[in-house]
Amino acid sequence: MTYHNPFTPPRKSATFDDFTLAEIRRAAATGIYDIRGAGTKRKVPHFDDLLFLGASISRYPLEGYREKCDTSVVLGTRYAKKPIHLKIPITIAGMSFGALSGPAKEALGRGATISGTSTTTGDGGMTDEERGHSETLVYQYLPSRYGMNPKDLRRADAIEVVVGQGAKPGGGGMLLGQKISDRVANMRNLPKGIDQRSACRHPDWTGPDDLEIKIMELREITDWEKPIYVKVGGARPYYDTALAVKAGADVVVLDGMQGGTAATQDVFIENVGMPTLACIRPAVQALQDLGMHRKVQLIVSGGIRSGADTAKALALGADAVAIGTAALVAIGDNDPKWEDEYRKLGTTAGAYDDWHEGKDPAGITTQDPELMQRVDPVAAGRRLANYLKVMTLEAQTIARACGKNHLHNLEPEDLCALTMEAAAMAQVPLAGTSWYPGKGGF
Amino acid sequence: MDASVKRESLEAMRVFDLASTPLRELNSALHAIAPGTNDTNFEVVNPRGSHAVAVGIDQPVTVNVRGSVGYYCAGMNDGGTVTVHGSAGPGVAENMMSGTVVIEGDASQYAGATGRGGLLVIKGNAASRCGISMKGIDIVVHGSIGHMSAFMGQSGHLVVLGDAGDALGDSLYEAKLFVRGSVKSLGADCIEKEMRPEHLKKLAELLDRAGVKNVRPEEFKRYGSARKLYNFNIDNADAY
Repeated sequence: MTYHNPFTPPRKSATFDDFTLAEIRRAAATGIYDIRGAGTKRKVPHFDDLLFLGASISRYPLEGYREKCDTSVVLGTRYAKKPIHLKIPITIAGMSFGALSGPAKEALGRGATISGTSTTTGDGGMTDEERGHSETLVYQYLPSRYGMNPKDLRRADAIEVVVGQGAKPGGGGMLLGQKISDRVANMRNLPKGIDQRSACRHPDWTGPDDLEIKIMELREITDWEKPIYVKVGGARPYYDTALAVKAGADVVVLDGMQGGTAATQDVFIENVGMPTLACIRPAVQALQDLGMHRKVQLIVSGGIRSGADTAKALALGADAVAIGTAALVAIGDNDPKWEDEYRKLGTTAGAYDDWHEGKDPAGITTQDPELMQRVDPVAAGRRLANYLKVMTLEAQTIARACGKNHLHNLEPEDLCALTMEAAAMAQVPLAGTSWYPGKGGF
Repeated sequence: MDASVKRESLEAMRVFDLASTPLRELNSALHAIAPGTNDTNFEVVNPRGSHAVAVGIDQPVTVNVRGSVGYYCAGMNDGGTVTVHGSAGPGVAENMMSGTVVIEGDASQYAGATGRGGLLVIKGNAASRCGISMKGIDIVVHGSIGHMSAFMGQSGHLVVLGDAGDALGDSLYEAKLFVRGSVKSLGADCIEKEMRPEHLKKLAELLDRAGVKNVRPEEFKRYGSARKLYNFNIDNADAY
């Protein structure tokens, strides 16, 4: 009897999938790890895993388009003589001139200003254009201190002491030489064309006790006028938040691992830090334990894309959110209209993440004079304002459906979770139950 | 000094006793100085290790601090002349833009960190990380300095009449280092370099400005960046 072996399709390993195999080959060929931006690309529990319950017999909704749902937020009420008043609780995260082109920074300032919100400098200092186009500008105080000076401290509306960021908590950065134009080099006191290391630790303080003195110094220099934020990556949110409060922060900025606007090693982006969803409740708990919830404001960032994400972050206890990657997309990043050029770079629209290399076809993450002309700062600013308006309307729509006349009145009780993981991280009940992991009574 | 002139200068001098006056009043008064005013002499007594003494100065004032200070004295100084008649805690003259800061005693760690301009003179010793991330400041230390000094120094000059600790100039960019005594070890990418006439001239100028007597520039060695780590190269990864 003849035996015919039936055909079985080739089976690829789930562990050694195509991308993993390609990475091994790339590493073997080059001897160097991959560096990129755009934040984690793996799927992690996120706001998509939460749902709002909406009003019912026990909850009374507000009338859409008729009854007011306030979106304003005041940041810096703890110590600052001049707290920041924003019309919407969605801010623009810190991104540097150097990493971004001048027109891109201008577009962010214009869009934020139209929307009544703030934008933020980055590593590299403050430009006149950025200050001029941003009604409310937060000035980052970073370990590198590139471009740091007291005049800009005083003309800022708030100061953000950056301890870490979500893409790389515990890591520094590198602005590659090809993005160092004459102007960028001059602002950073370094020769043109060399790689510029951004340190992972501040040069003149270590630990929360020093930070308290550093914050006091910054307040003295600015005559206690400016709100002082402390930004941390999503690592140990309970303790980091508590220590930031102890050190005297007016505002804590908490950036989860989906935070995307820092270029670093892929292995770092994908394996260090916690998802944004997992960071919020511990931070809020720390504020509540210290009696400082709503007194020290909490800004959450990392993967915020929509009004729904915003509403969920606020329902979990945040006072505001910040967007980075989404803002870049709104002003034109990864736009399919540049597909031919993305393909020449070996990628495709939507996947381009070599933001550090300065070749961005969209003209945003570059210092190339020709490429950056592709960004019309007025039109791009308008696009960002449109996007922020949509986000705000979306959040209001949800809040009204939950019966809330201010976005800050959203609460964890308005939420349920679709997965066990999200239920555990957000500490809201698994849909259809009154239970979440870690809560007794199951 | 003519008696009337002396009396006039004393009358013009404003004294802040930090034993009884909040620090805020001192810094607020320093920030309230209008350009061109004559009321620019300040005396601070009983500093008692206070932090952030005389920070954020942006006018050419003169401040004499009678005693020792804590963290960040003269932080971000821009044009002032601050003399501490005692020792200074961490981060003295951090991020200085211009002006002069003199410490008659010793300075703790991070002295002159990220400074962009001006002159910092430490007449005693400075601890670790002196001149860390310096970006144009000139620092003259009459004594010795601790480890990791001038780490990632970008520009400016660090002059040390005594010895330097471990890992001097680690990951140095373009800051120029001059050490008269021994160097325990050099950091990554920091090497001894030829002392050329322009360096001797600059060193003589710095020594003179720092009030150093009877020391010749020829007694120093110059250290700077080998510039091998300026652009990332995987073959240099074991340098760290």
